[in-house]
Amino acid sequence: MTLPDLLLAPFSFGFMRRALAGCLALSLAAPPLGVFLVIRRMSLTADVLQHGILPGIAIGAAVGGLSLVAMGTGGMIAGLLVAGIAGMLTRATKGREDSQFAGVYLIALALGVAIASRQRGLDLSHLLFGNVLAVDTPALLLMAGVASVALAGLALIWRPLILESLDPSFLAAHGGRGGLWHAAFMALVVLCVVGGFAALGTLMSVGLMMLPAIAARHWAAHLAGQVRASVAIACLSSWAGLLVSFHANLPAGPAILLVAGGIWIASIALGPRESLLTGLWLDAKTP
Amino acid sequence: MIGLVHITCRQGRLVAVEDVSVTFGPGLHAVAGPNGAGKTTLLRTIAGLHRPVSGEISGIVAGQVALLPQSGGIDRQFPITCRELVSLGAWAQTGAFRPISPEASDKVEAALSRMGLGGLGSRLISDLSAGQFQRVLFARLIVQDTSVILLDEPFTAVDAATEADLLDLLHEWDAQGRIVIAVLHDNEMILQHFPTTLLLARHMIASGPSTDVLRPGNRLEARLAAERWSETAKAAA
Repeated sequence: MTLPDLLLAPFSFGFMRRALAGCLALSLAAPPLGVFLVIRRMSLTADVLQHGILPGIAIGAAVGGLSLVAMGTGGMIAGLLVAGIAGMLTRATKGREDSQFAGVYLIALALGVAIASRQRGLDLSHLLFGNVLAVDTPALLLMAGVASVALAGLALIWRPLILESLDPSFLAAHGGRGGLWHAAFMALVVLCVVGGFAALGTLMSVGLMMLPAIAARHWAAHLAGQVRASVAIACLSSWAGLLVSFHANLPAGPAILLVAGGIWIASIALGPRESLLTGLWLDAKTP
Repeated sequence: MIGLVHITCRQGRLVAVEDVSVTFGPGLHAVAGPNGAGKTTLLRTIAGLHRPVSGEISGIVAGQVALLPQSGGIDRQFPITCRELVSLGAWAQTGAFRPISPEASDKVEAALSRMGLGGLGSRLISDLSAGQFQRVLFARLIVQDTSVILLDEPFTAVDAATEADLLDLLHEWDAQGRIVIAVLHDNEMILQHFPTTLLLARHMIASGPSTDVLRPGNRLEARLAAERWSETAKAAA
Protein backbone atom coordinates (compact mmCIF):
# COMPACT_ATOMS: atom_id res chain seq x y z
CA MET A 1 0.00 0.00 0.00
CA THR A 2 1.48 3.33 -1.06
CA LEU A 3 1.32 6.53 0.94
CA PRO A 4 -1.40 8.15 -1.22
CA ASP A 5 -3.47 4.98 -0.82
CA LEU A 6 -3.09 5.26 2.91
CA LEU A 7 -3.66 8.99 3.35
CA LEU A 8 -5.79 10.21 0.47
CA ALA A 9 -7.60 7.30 -1.20
CA PRO A 10 -10.18 6.86 1.60
CA PHE A 11 -11.48 10.34 0.83
CA SER A 12 -12.45 9.24 -2.69
CA PHE A 13 -15.58 7.91 -0.95
CA GLY A 14 -18.31 10.49 -0.65
CA PHE A 15 -19.19 9.59 2.95
CA MET A 16 -15.54 10.05 4.00
CA ARG A 17 -15.37 13.46 2.32
CA ARG A 18 -18.58 14.55 4.01
CA ALA A 19 -17.37 13.28 7.37
CA LEU A 20 -14.07 15.12 6.92
CA ALA A 21 -15.77 18.37 5.92
CA GLY A 22 -18.15 18.14 8.88
CA CYS A 23 -15.41 17.32 11.38
CA LEU A 24 -13.16 20.09 10.06
CA ALA A 25 -16.05 22.54 10.45
CA LEU A 26 -16.52 21.46 14.07
CA SER A 27 -12.75 21.58 14.56
CA LEU A 28 -12.86 25.30 13.79
CA ALA A 29 -15.65 26.08 16.24
CA ALA A 30 -15.57 23.65 19.16
CA PRO A 31 -11.94 23.76 20.44
CA PRO A 32 -11.96 27.55 21.12
CA LEU A 33 -14.99 26.96 23.36
CA GLY A 34 -13.03 24.14 25.01
CA VAL A 35 -10.14 26.53 25.71
CA PHE A 36 -12.54 28.75 27.66
CA LEU A 37 -14.01 25.73 29.49
CA VAL A 38 -10.49 24.70 30.56
CA ILE A 39 -9.53 28.23 31.65
CA ARG A 40 -12.76 28.58 33.62
CA ARG A 41 -12.16 25.17 35.26
CA MET A 42 -15.40 23.87 33.80
CA SER A 43 -14.15 20.64 32.22
CA LEU A 44 -16.62 18.73 34.41
CA THR A 45 -19.49 20.77 33.01
CA ALA A 46 -18.60 19.50 29.55
CA ASP A 47 -18.82 15.96 30.93
CA VAL A 48 -22.27 16.62 32.30
CA LEU A 49 -23.41 18.08 28.97
CA GLN A 50 -22.29 15.17 26.82
CA HIS A 51 -24.37 12.81 28.95
CA GLY A 52 -27.15 15.31 29.38
CA ILE A 53 -28.05 15.64 25.70
CA LEU A 54 -28.59 11.88 25.28
CA PRO A 55 -32.11 11.68 26.81
CA GLY A 56 -33.09 14.73 24.73
CA ILE A 57 -31.95 13.08 21.51
CA ALA A 58 -33.76 9.85 22.43
CA ILE A 59 -36.97 11.72 23.29
CA GLY A 60 -36.61 13.72 20.06
CA ALA A 61 -36.40 10.45 18.13
CA ALA A 62 -39.43 9.07 20.00
CA VAL A 63 -41.54 12.14 19.25
CA GLY A 64 -40.34 13.19 15.80
CA GLY A 65 -38.90 10.02 14.36
CA LEU A 66 -35.32 9.36 13.31
CA SER A 67 -34.83 12.77 11.73
CA LEU A 68 -31.77 14.84 12.47
CA VAL A 69 -33.88 17.90 13.16
CA ALA A 70 -36.03 16.11 15.75
CA MET A 71 -33.07 14.51 17.50
CA GLY A 72 -30.97 17.68 17.33
CA THR A 73 -33.78 19.83 18.73
CA GLY A 74 -34.35 17.35 21.55
CA GLY A 75 -30.62 17.29 22.30
CA MET A 76 -30.42 21.08 22.27
CA ILE A 77 -33.33 21.46 24.72
CA ALA A 78 -31.95 18.78 27.06
CA GLY A 79 -28.45 20.29 26.85
CA LEU A 80 -29.66 23.77 27.77
CA LEU A 81 -31.71 22.31 30.62
CA VAL A 82 -28.74 20.37 31.97
CA ALA A 83 -26.43 23.40 31.57
CA GLY A 84 -28.92 25.41 33.61
CA ILE A 85 -29.06 22.73 36.31
CA ALA A 86 -25.25 22.51 36.36
CA GLY A 87 -24.97 26.29 36.75
CA MET A 88 -27.44 26.23 39.64
CA LEU A 89 -25.50 23.41 41.34
CA THR A 90 -22.22 25.32 40.94
CA ARG A 91 -23.72 28.39 42.61
CA ALA A 92 -25.49 26.37 45.32
CA THR A 93 -22.35 24.40 46.24
CA LYS A 94 -20.02 27.39 45.77
CA GLY A 95 -17.83 25.51 43.28
CA ARG A 96 -17.78 22.12 45.05
CA GLU A 97 -20.14 20.66 42.50
CA ASP A 98 -18.33 17.51 41.38
CA SER A 99 -20.43 14.92 43.25
CA GLN A 100 -23.71 16.58 42.25
CA PHE A 101 -22.46 16.69 38.65
CA ALA A 102 -21.73 12.97 38.77
CA GLY A 103 -25.28 12.40 40.02
CA VAL A 104 -26.77 14.45 37.19
CA TYR A 105 -24.85 12.81 34.38
CA LEU A 106 -25.34 9.28 35.66
CA ILE A 107 -29.10 9.82 35.76
CA ALA A 108 -29.02 11.45 32.31
CA LEU A 109 -26.99 8.61 30.80
CA ALA A 110 -29.24 5.93 32.31
CA LEU A 111 -32.36 7.79 31.21
CA GLY A 112 -30.97 8.30 27.70
CA VAL A 113 -29.99 4.66 27.26
CA ALA A 114 -33.34 3.50 28.65
CA ILE A 115 -35.38 5.69 26.31
CA ALA A 116 -33.15 5.00 23.29
CA SER A 117 -33.30 1.22 23.78
CA ARG A 118 -37.11 1.38 23.51
CA GLN A 119 -36.84 2.95 20.02
CA ARG A 120 -36.90 0.66 17.04
CA GLY A 121 -34.27 1.54 14.46
CA LEU A 122 -32.19 3.60 16.84
CA ASP A 123 -28.72 2.09 17.10
CA LEU A 124 -27.47 2.89 20.59
CA SER A 125 -23.80 2.43 19.79
CA HIS A 126 -24.08 4.83 16.81
CA LEU A 127 -25.81 7.31 19.07
CA LEU A 128 -23.10 7.08 21.72
CA PHE A 129 -19.98 6.66 19.61
CA GLY A 130 -20.85 8.06 16.19
CA ASN A 131 -21.07 6.70 12.69
CA VAL A 132 -19.36 8.35 9.72
CA LEU A 133 -21.85 6.70 7.39
CA ALA A 134 -24.52 8.81 9.07
CA VAL A 135 -22.99 12.00 7.72
CA ASP A 136 -25.32 12.52 4.79
CA THR A 137 -25.87 15.93 3.23
CA PRO A 138 -28.38 17.14 5.87
CA ALA A 139 -26.00 16.06 8.67
CA LEU A 140 -23.13 17.87 6.98
CA LEU A 141 -25.23 21.01 6.66
CA LEU A 142 -26.14 20.71 10.34
CA MET A 143 -22.48 20.41 11.37
CA ALA A 144 -21.39 23.29 9.15
CA GLY A 145 -24.31 25.47 10.24
CA VAL A 146 -23.69 24.78 13.92
CA ALA A 147 -19.98 25.50 13.50
CA SER A 148 -20.66 28.80 11.73
CA VAL A 149 -23.11 29.97 14.37
CA ALA A 150 -20.79 28.91 17.21
CA LEU A 151 -17.76 30.61 15.67
CA ALA A 152 -19.62 33.86 14.98
CA GLY A 153 -21.22 33.72 18.43
CA LEU A 154 -17.90 33.30 20.19
CA ALA A 155 -16.41 36.19 18.23
CA LEU A 156 -19.34 38.33 19.34
CA ILE A 157 -19.09 37.53 23.07
CA TRP A 158 -15.26 37.30 23.10
CA ARG A 159 -14.44 40.42 25.12
CA PRO A 160 -17.20 40.24 27.75
CA LEU A 161 -16.55 36.51 28.14
CA ILE A 162 -12.87 37.20 28.88
CA LEU A 163 -13.81 39.86 31.41
CA GLU A 164 -16.43 37.65 33.02
CA SER A 165 -13.87 34.86 33.43
CA LEU A 166 -11.05 37.13 34.57
CA ASP A 167 -12.67 39.68 36.85
CA PRO A 168 -16.46 39.29 37.24
CA SER A 169 -16.80 42.11 39.78
CA PHE A 170 -15.30 44.60 37.29
CA LEU A 171 -17.94 43.65 34.73
CA ALA A 172 -20.69 43.90 37.36
CA ALA A 173 -19.44 47.33 38.44
CA HIS A 174 -19.92 48.50 34.85
CA GLY A 175 -23.47 47.26 34.83
CA GLY A 176 -22.55 44.29 32.64
CA ARG A 177 -24.71 41.25 33.27
CA GLY A 178 -22.12 38.50 33.69
CA GLY A 179 -24.81 35.82 33.82
CA LEU A 180 -26.02 36.77 30.35
CA TRP A 181 -22.60 36.25 28.71
CA HIS A 182 -22.11 33.05 30.63
CA ALA A 183 -25.49 31.74 29.46
CA ALA A 184 -24.67 32.68 25.84
CA PHE A 185 -21.35 30.84 26.15
CA MET A 186 -23.03 27.71 27.54
CA ALA A 187 -25.58 27.79 24.71
CA LEU A 188 -22.72 27.79 22.17
CA VAL A 189 -21.11 24.83 23.96
CA VAL A 190 -24.38 22.87 23.88
CA LEU A 191 -24.82 23.76 20.21
CA CYS A 192 -21.39 22.35 19.33
CA VAL A 193 -21.90 19.16 21.36
CA VAL A 194 -25.25 18.55 19.65
CA GLY A 195 -23.75 19.43 16.25
CA GLY A 196 -21.15 16.70 16.58
CA PHE A 197 -23.36 13.87 17.73
CA ALA A 198 -24.27 12.40 14.34
CA ALA A 199 -20.69 11.81 13.24
CA LEU A 200 -18.93 11.48 16.58
CA GLY A 201 -21.62 10.26 18.98
CA THR A 202 -22.86 12.02 22.08
CA LEU A 203 -20.14 10.59 24.31
CA MET A 204 -17.36 11.57 21.91
CA SER A 205 -18.34 14.95 20.53
CA VAL A 206 -17.21 16.78 23.69
CA GLY A 207 -13.81 15.15 23.15
CA LEU A 208 -13.16 17.16 19.98
CA MET A 209 -13.85 20.25 22.11
CA MET A 210 -11.80 19.33 25.18
CA LEU A 211 -8.76 17.25 24.17
CA PRO A 212 -7.33 19.78 21.68
CA ALA A 213 -7.99 22.55 24.22
CA ILE A 214 -6.12 20.71 26.97
CA ALA A 215 -3.24 19.89 24.60
CA ALA A 216 -3.06 23.51 23.39
CA ARG A 217 -1.89 24.67 26.82
CA HIS A 218 1.43 22.98 26.11
CA TRP A 219 1.91 24.86 22.83
CA ALA A 220 0.95 28.47 23.58
CA ALA A 221 0.91 30.72 26.62
CA HIS A 222 -1.53 33.37 25.43
CA LEU A 223 -5.27 32.88 24.98
CA ALA A 224 -5.18 33.62 21.24
CA GLY A 225 -2.27 31.24 20.73
CA GLN A 226 -4.05 28.50 22.67
CA VAL A 227 -7.15 28.96 20.52
CA ARG A 228 -5.11 28.70 17.31
CA ALA A 229 -3.19 25.66 18.57
CA SER A 230 -6.40 23.92 19.66
CA VAL A 231 -7.98 24.42 16.22
CA ALA A 232 -4.87 23.07 14.48
CA ILE A 233 -4.77 20.01 16.77
CA ALA A 234 -8.50 19.36 16.23
CA CYS A 235 -8.17 19.58 12.43
CA LEU A 236 -5.20 17.22 12.45
CA SER A 237 -7.06 14.81 14.77
CA SER A 238 -10.15 14.86 12.55
CA TRP A 239 -8.22 14.02 9.40
CA ALA A 240 -5.95 11.39 10.98
CA GLY A 241 -8.77 9.97 13.09
CA LEU A 242 -11.03 9.45 10.09
CA LEU A 243 -8.19 7.61 8.33
CA VAL A 244 -7.71 5.38 11.37
CA SER A 245 -11.45 4.83 11.48
CA PHE A 246 -11.47 3.83 7.79
CA HIS A 247 -8.47 1.52 7.81
CA ALA A 248 -9.08 -0.10 11.20
CA ASN A 249 -12.85 -0.25 10.79
CA LEU A 250 -13.44 1.70 14.03
CA PRO A 251 -16.25 4.12 14.84
CA ALA A 252 -15.19 7.67 13.91
CA GLY A 253 -15.70 9.23 17.35
CA PRO A 254 -13.29 7.00 19.28
CA ALA A 255 -10.74 7.04 16.44
CA ILE A 256 -10.63 10.86 16.28
CA LEU A 257 -10.48 11.11 20.06
CA LEU A 258 -7.69 8.56 20.29
CA VAL A 259 -5.62 10.60 17.85
CA ALA A 260 -6.39 13.80 19.78
CA GLY A 261 -5.54 11.98 23.01
CA GLY A 262 -2.24 10.82 21.49
CA ILE A 263 -1.43 14.42 20.54
CA TRP A 264 -2.27 15.50 24.09
CA ILE A 265 0.05 12.89 25.61
CA ALA A 266 2.80 13.85 23.14
CA SER A 267 2.24 17.50 24.09
CA ILE A 268 2.65 16.71 27.79
CA ALA A 269 5.88 14.92 27.01
CA LEU A 270 7.40 17.12 24.31
CA GLY A 271 5.43 20.38 24.02
CA PRO A 272 7.28 23.69 24.28
CA ARG A 273 5.43 24.75 27.46
CA GLU A 274 4.96 23.08 30.83
CA SER A 275 5.92 19.69 29.42
CA LEU A 276 8.15 16.97 30.83
CA LEU A 277 10.81 17.98 28.31
CA THR A 278 10.85 21.66 29.33
CA GLY A 279 10.79 20.54 32.97
CA LEU A 280 13.95 18.50 32.40
CA TRP A 281 15.48 21.41 30.51
CA LEU A 282 14.81 23.75 33.46
CA ASP A 283 16.18 21.18 35.92
CA ALA A 284 19.35 20.92 33.85
CA LYS A 285 19.75 24.70 33.79
CA THR A 286 19.29 25.26 37.53
CA PRO A 287 22.38 24.00 39.35
CA MET B 1 -19.09 64.23 47.89
CA ILE B 2 -20.50 60.78 48.67
CA GLY B 3 -23.08 60.49 51.44
CA LEU B 4 -24.17 57.29 53.18
CA VAL B 5 -27.30 57.61 55.31
CA HIS B 6 -28.31 54.77 57.67
CA ILE B 7 -26.86 52.08 55.41
CA THR B 8 -27.56 48.50 56.50
CA CYS B 9 -26.34 45.49 54.47
CA ARG B 10 -26.85 41.78 54.83
CA GLN B 11 -24.71 38.88 53.65
CA GLY B 12 -27.23 36.05 53.66
CA ARG B 13 -28.73 36.00 57.14
CA LEU B 14 -25.84 37.94 58.65
CA VAL B 15 -26.05 41.68 59.18
CA ALA B 16 -22.67 42.70 57.73
CA VAL B 17 -23.06 46.48 57.98
CA GLU B 18 -25.46 48.09 60.43
CA ASP B 19 -26.79 51.63 60.27
CA VAL B 20 -23.70 53.42 58.95
CA SER B 21 -23.97 57.14 58.18
CA VAL B 22 -20.89 58.92 56.88
CA THR B 23 -19.76 61.33 54.15
CA PHE B 24 -16.65 61.20 51.99
CA GLY B 25 -15.38 64.39 50.36
CA PRO B 26 -12.42 64.73 47.98
CA GLY B 27 -9.24 63.27 49.52
CA LEU B 28 -7.88 60.08 51.01
CA HIS B 29 -10.11 58.12 53.38
CA ALA B 30 -9.33 54.89 55.23
CA VAL B 31 -11.83 52.24 56.27
CA ALA B 32 -10.45 50.24 59.21
CA GLY B 33 -11.77 47.52 61.50
CA PRO B 34 -11.28 43.88 62.51
CA ASN B 35 -11.82 40.92 60.14
CA GLY B 36 -15.48 40.43 59.35
CA ALA B 37 -16.31 44.04 60.22
CA GLY B 38 -18.12 44.61 56.91
CA LYS B 39 -15.40 46.74 55.26
CA THR B 40 -15.48 44.92 51.93
CA THR B 41 -19.28 44.80 51.95
CA LEU B 42 -19.43 48.55 52.51
CA LEU B 43 -17.01 49.18 49.64
CA ARG B 44 -18.95 46.90 47.31
CA THR B 45 -22.16 48.65 48.33
CA ILE B 46 -20.71 52.05 47.39
CA ALA B 47 -19.56 50.51 44.07
CA GLY B 48 -23.13 49.38 43.41
CA LEU B 49 -22.24 45.66 43.54
CA HIS B 50 -24.22 45.03 46.71
CA ARG B 51 -27.70 46.31 47.39
CA PRO B 52 -28.23 47.62 50.94
CA VAL B 53 -31.37 46.41 52.73
CA SER B 54 -32.02 49.93 53.95
CA GLY B 55 -30.50 53.41 53.76
CA GLU B 56 -29.54 55.83 51.01
CA ILE B 57 -26.34 56.54 49.11
CA SER B 58 -26.03 59.93 47.43
CA GLY B 59 -23.44 61.53 45.17
CA ILE B 60 -22.63 58.50 43.02
CA VAL B 61 -22.46 59.28 39.30
CA ALA B 62 -22.84 56.23 37.05
CA GLY B 63 -19.53 55.25 35.46
CA GLN B 64 -17.53 57.44 37.84
CA VAL B 65 -16.69 54.74 40.40
CA ALA B 66 -13.76 52.33 40.09
CA LEU B 67 -13.19 49.41 42.47
CA LEU B 68 -9.93 47.59 43.08
CA PRO B 69 -11.06 44.20 44.46
CA GLN B 70 -9.03 42.09 46.88
CA SER B 71 -6.39 40.19 44.96
CA GLY B 72 -8.29 36.90 45.37
CA GLY B 73 -11.20 38.17 43.23
CA ILE B 74 -9.25 38.02 39.97
CA ASP B 75 -8.10 34.91 38.11
CA ARG B 76 -4.32 35.44 38.04
CA GLN B 77 -3.84 32.41 35.78
CA PHE B 78 -5.99 33.80 32.95
CA PRO B 79 -3.77 33.79 29.83
CA ILE B 80 -3.80 37.45 28.80
CA THR B 81 -1.11 40.13 28.79
CA CYS B 82 -0.64 43.14 31.09
CA ARG B 83 -1.50 45.49 28.24
CA GLU B 84 -4.79 43.69 27.57
CA LEU B 85 -5.78 43.74 31.24
CA VAL B 86 -4.99 47.46 31.51
CA SER B 87 -6.95 48.08 28.28
CA LEU B 88 -10.06 46.72 29.99
CA GLY B 89 -9.97 50.00 31.95
CA ALA B 90 -11.36 51.63 28.80
CA TRP B 91 -14.50 49.46 29.12
CA ALA B 92 -16.69 52.49 29.88
CA GLN B 93 -15.87 53.76 26.35
CA THR B 94 -15.52 50.48 24.46
CA GLY B 95 -18.19 48.34 26.09
CA ALA B 96 -18.42 44.80 24.82
CA PHE B 97 -18.15 45.50 21.11
CA ARG B 98 -16.60 48.86 20.21
CA PRO B 99 -12.91 48.99 19.22
CA ILE B 100 -10.27 50.56 21.45
CA SER B 101 -9.61 54.08 20.18
CA PRO B 102 -6.05 55.34 19.50
CA GLU B 103 -6.48 57.81 22.40
CA ALA B 104 -7.40 54.93 24.72
CA SER B 105 -4.34 52.95 23.56
CA ASP B 106 -2.16 55.97 24.30
CA LYS B 107 -3.70 56.17 27.77
CA VAL B 108 -2.95 52.48 28.32
CA GLU B 109 0.71 52.91 27.34
CA ALA B 110 1.00 56.01 29.54
CA ALA B 111 -0.55 54.18 32.49
CA LEU B 112 1.82 51.23 32.03
CA SER B 113 4.87 53.46 32.07
CA ARG B 114 3.48 55.57 34.96
CA MET B 115 3.35 52.35 37.01
CA GLY B 116 6.87 51.37 35.95
CA LEU B 117 5.66 48.58 33.67
CA GLY B 118 6.90 50.09 30.40
CA GLY B 119 8.73 46.95 29.27
CA LEU B 120 6.20 44.45 30.61
CA GLY B 121 3.18 45.24 28.39
CA SER B 122 3.32 41.96 26.48
CA ARG B 123 4.03 39.79 29.51
CA LEU B 124 1.33 37.39 30.73
CA ILE B 125 -0.28 38.35 34.04
CA SER B 126 0.46 34.85 35.38
CA ASP B 127 4.19 35.60 35.09
CA LEU B 128 4.08 38.67 37.36
CA SER B 129 5.01 38.99 41.02
CA ALA B 130 2.32 40.10 43.47
CA GLY B 131 3.72 43.64 43.44
CA GLN B 132 3.86 43.84 39.64
CA PHE B 133 0.31 42.52 39.38
CA GLN B 134 -0.92 45.20 41.77
CA ARG B 135 0.84 47.80 39.59
CA VAL B 136 -1.10 46.44 36.59
CA LEU B 137 -4.40 46.79 38.45
CA PHE B 138 -3.52 50.38 39.43
CA ALA B 139 -2.63 51.09 35.78
CA ARG B 140 -6.14 49.93 34.91
CA LEU B 141 -7.53 52.36 37.52
CA ILE B 142 -5.53 55.16 35.85
CA VAL B 143 -7.11 54.28 32.48
CA GLN B 144 -10.58 54.14 34.10
CA ASP B 145 -9.97 57.72 35.22
CA THR B 146 -12.95 57.98 37.61
CA SER B 147 -13.69 60.62 40.23
CA VAL B 148 -14.31 57.97 42.93
CA ILE B 149 -11.75 55.21 43.53
CA LEU B 150 -12.41 52.37 45.97
CA LEU B 151 -9.46 50.19 47.05
CA ASP B 152 -9.92 46.93 48.96
CA GLU B 153 -6.68 46.15 50.82
CA PRO B 154 -4.48 47.58 48.06
CA PHE B 155 -1.15 46.95 49.82
CA THR B 156 -1.58 43.32 50.87
CA ALA B 157 1.42 41.18 49.83
CA VAL B 158 3.15 43.95 47.85
CA ASP B 159 6.84 44.80 48.24
CA ALA B 160 8.05 48.03 49.88
CA ALA B 161 9.03 49.72 46.60
CA THR B 162 5.61 49.04 45.07
CA GLU B 163 3.88 50.28 48.23
CA ALA B 164 5.81 53.56 48.03
CA ASP B 165 4.93 53.99 44.32
CA LEU B 166 1.25 53.23 44.94
CA LEU B 167 1.09 55.71 47.84
CA ASP B 168 2.69 58.29 45.56
CA LEU B 169 -0.10 57.71 43.03
CA LEU B 170 -2.73 57.99 45.79
CA HIS B 171 -1.39 61.42 46.75
CA GLU B 172 -1.48 62.43 43.08
CA TRP B 173 -5.17 61.42 42.95
CA ASP B 174 -5.73 63.39 46.18
CA ALA B 175 -4.19 66.50 44.57
CA GLN B 176 -6.47 66.02 41.54
CA GLY B 177 -9.50 66.22 43.85
CA ARG B 178 -10.63 62.61 43.52
CA ILE B 179 -12.40 60.72 46.32
CA VAL B 180 -10.24 57.75 47.35
CA ILE B 181 -11.59 55.24 49.90
CA ALA B 182 -9.27 52.41 50.96
CA VAL B 183 -9.80 49.42 53.23
CA LEU B 184 -6.57 49.17 55.24
CA HIS B 185 -5.14 47.20 58.16
CA ASP B 186 -1.94 49.11 58.88
CA ASN B 187 -2.71 51.87 61.42
CA GLU B 188 0.73 53.46 61.00
CA MET B 189 0.11 53.86 57.29
CA ILE B 190 -3.37 55.30 57.89
CA LEU B 191 -2.05 57.89 60.36
CA GLN B 192 0.73 58.87 57.98
CA HIS B 193 -1.19 59.09 54.69
CA PHE B 194 -4.96 59.10 55.28
CA PRO B 195 -6.40 62.21 56.99
CA THR B 196 -9.80 60.68 57.76
CA THR B 197 -10.86 57.20 58.86
CA LEU B 198 -14.09 55.25 59.25
CA LEU B 199 -13.68 52.61 61.97
CA LEU B 200 -16.13 49.80 61.42
CA ALA B 201 -17.20 46.81 63.51
CA ARG B 202 -20.38 46.06 61.54
CA HIS B 203 -21.79 49.21 63.14
CA MET B 204 -19.79 52.42 63.01
CA ILE B 205 -17.40 52.84 65.97
CA ALA B 206 -16.16 56.27 64.91
CA SER B 207 -15.41 58.42 61.89
CA GLY B 208 -13.50 61.64 61.36
CA PRO B 209 -9.85 62.68 61.66
CA SER B 210 -7.70 59.53 61.74
CA THR B 211 -5.81 60.51 64.92
CA ASP B 212 -9.11 60.76 66.85
CA VAL B 213 -10.73 57.70 65.31
CA LEU B 214 -7.77 55.40 65.89
CA ARG B 215 -7.26 56.18 69.58
CA PRO B 216 -6.81 53.12 71.80
CA GLY B 217 -10.34 53.30 73.28
CA ASN B 218 -12.02 53.03 69.86
CA ARG B 219 -9.70 50.24 68.72
CA LEU B 220 -10.46 48.27 71.89
CA GLU B 221 -14.19 48.75 71.35
CA ALA B 222 -13.87 47.43 67.78
CA ARG B 223 -11.86 44.43 68.96
CA LEU B 224 -14.35 43.58 71.71
CA ALA B 225 -17.20 43.77 69.21
CA ALA B 226 -15.31 41.36 66.95
CA GLU B 227 -14.76 38.93 69.83
CA ARG B 228 -18.47 39.05 70.66
CA TRP B 229 -19.54 38.12 67.15
CA SER B 230 -16.92 35.39 66.76
CA GLU B 231 -18.20 33.84 70.01
CA THR B 232 -21.80 34.09 68.82
CA ALA B 233 -20.71 32.34 65.63
CA LYS B 234 -18.99 29.58 67.64
CA ALA B 235 -22.07 29.14 69.85
CA ALA B 236 -24.25 28.89 66.75
CA ALA B 237 -21.95 26.28 65.18
